[in-house]
Amino acid sequence: MFKKNNKENIKVHAKAFGVDAIVYFLLICIGFVFLYPLLYMVVTSLMCTEDLINPTISWVPTRIDLSNFEMVWSVLDYPTSLGVSVGFSVACAVLQTISCALMGYAMSRFHIPFKMLWMALLIFIFIIPADVVTIPRYILFNELKLIGSPLAMVLPAALGQGLKSSIFVLIFMQAFNAVPKSYDEAAQLDGAGRLKVFFIVALPMAIPSIVLCLLFSLVWYWNETAQVAMLIGGDFQTLPLQLDAFNSLFGASFSTDFGDTANRLNERYQFAATLLTIVPLILFYLVMQKQFVKGIESAGITGE
Amino acid sequence: MKNRKLSLKSKDALLGGAFMMPWLLGLLIFTMFPLIYSIWLSLCQVEFSADGILTSFVGIQWYKEALTADANFVKDMTSTLQSIVFSTPMILVFSVILALLLNRPLRGRAFFRALYFFPVIIISGPVMSKLMSNQAFTIINPEQFAVYQVLENLPGLISVPLCYIFDNIVIILWYSGVQTLIILAGLQKIGDPIYEAASIDGATAWQKFWKITLPHLRPMILVSAAYTVVDLSGKTTTAMHTLIEKNMMNIEKPYSYSAALSWLYTIVVLLILGIIFLILKERREPKHV
Repeated sequence: MFKKNNKENIKVHAKAFGVDAIVYFLLICIGFVFLYPLLYMVVTSLMCTEDLINPTISWVPTRIDLSNFEMVWSVLDYPTSLGVSVGFSVACAVLQTISCALMGYAMSRFHIPFKMLWMALLIFIFIIPADVVTIPRYILFNELKLIGSPLAMVLPAALGQGLKSSIFVLIFMQAFNAVPKSYDEAAQLDGAGRLKVFFIVALPMAIPSIVLCLLFSLVWYWNETAQVAMLIGGDFQTLPLQLDAFNSLFGASFSTDFGDTANRLNERYQFAATLLTIVPLILFYLVMQKQFVKGIESAGITGE
Repeated sequence: MKNRKLSLKSKDALLGGAFMMPWLLGLLIFTMFPLIYSIWLSLCQVEFSADGILTSFVGIQWYKEALTADANFVKDMTSTLQSIVFSTPMILVFSVILALLLNRPLRGRAFFRALYFFPVIIISGPVMSKLMSNQAFTIINPEQFAVYQVLENLPGLISVPLCYIFDNIVIILWYSGVQTLIILAGLQKIGDPIYEAASIDGATAWQKFWKITLPHLRPMILVSAAYTVVDLSGKTTTAMHTLIEKNMMNIEKPYSYSAALSWLYTIVVLLILGIIFLILKERREPKHV
């Protein structure tokens, strides 16, 4: 009896080990697929001309060539565009977070009239493709002489109509709903006004949502190009916009008619530029990745 | 007494209104006005003049033109629809698979979770189009393989979606970061007791997946599906976005035609979401008497 039990135990362990091995294998394979474009990009951007022409070299460069990056650095006007990108996305993210938190609190705590209507509008705004709103906004800002000024993107963010603002309002609403109302009442009994309750009781309880909202707004504003190009454009060049313009600035010197080799020669500059554009995001993510992942898990998007 | 209560209630509404004010202002100026203006534009002939924009009502002319006369609209709408309709189920399937893999108590789980979420951070129009146009997404060239040839020769109904998936596998994975985390959070909420009960009743892992895991995940899958459709339809690399932007300054029909196009696009996206909702919404269990 004892012996048999032992055998079965080993069997169970062996089975668990086998499953784990398969899962690891799958995780690593999928991880490779995820990273492949980046690896390809990094390697190509480090190659010098000889390596690219040499058909026997596909992955490991013979020497690391940073000249691509030097060249691209100046074409992208890197320090300036980086500063523009950071300033712009931080400003929009902070303002969007404030306005969405206020609206989320109003939806969660007050008896506002037509609550269902506002709720429906929040969802509707989230669903409609941005193009529908962008064109008339362009005409509106044109009338207001705001085209070309960062205000054209900042103002909507400050008034809760920025990129995917609806999601953040809903996330804040969920977060405030999770705070027991008795906390508010206790603070009010102690003489705090509604505004004070919001700052002292509600906001500290919603810190995970604030972090989530800040992080995602930051990334989404950083990566937004279509609206920024249309509403601001001109000299206001964020990094992704510079990358978008990179082809016309640079790509013209190599056309695709030269065949595969010329394509690859061109590729390394393209990749160096792309890499420089996303490096700040990668560094940011390396530092903040826990907050990103935790944020989604605790956001209550998952429907309570 | 009644009076006092009412006044408290209206005071509450007033305060709530104050908190709501920024959003409401923004809604009116930056969203409702543009939306209504956009509907009006799509029904007008627009001309530029010295004093600004002149509009004259022409009815549903632009909608008719898009649907009947514009070959580009049909072509671009089809390709956009195709990518949404094929990608969404694949993204959901991959998200469920990834979430199941990540839900096991393994070493390095946090690392893989962070890795799979990573593309969400860097996806943007220019980056994606650079990577796409430079073949960074073609891990293997599927056309080299005999299997692909066989697939291509199957009837269109089967071969088109399958070939689409083979061609876009990396992109599909890259777009499943948020969905994977939503479903993972859902998985972690299903308690162990229900699985243990099923094991005692002799259920296999396969049965547990279909009878316990998937039904519990239904709401998360619905949320993920809606998010996916909105995310994909808002991409700046879609053919519809390009078409709308191209027509914005169309000399013969500035603003108006692209406004009509964008509303047609909206209607299609809403229809897709409606269908998804009908498929995935919670079904009421028949009552056992």
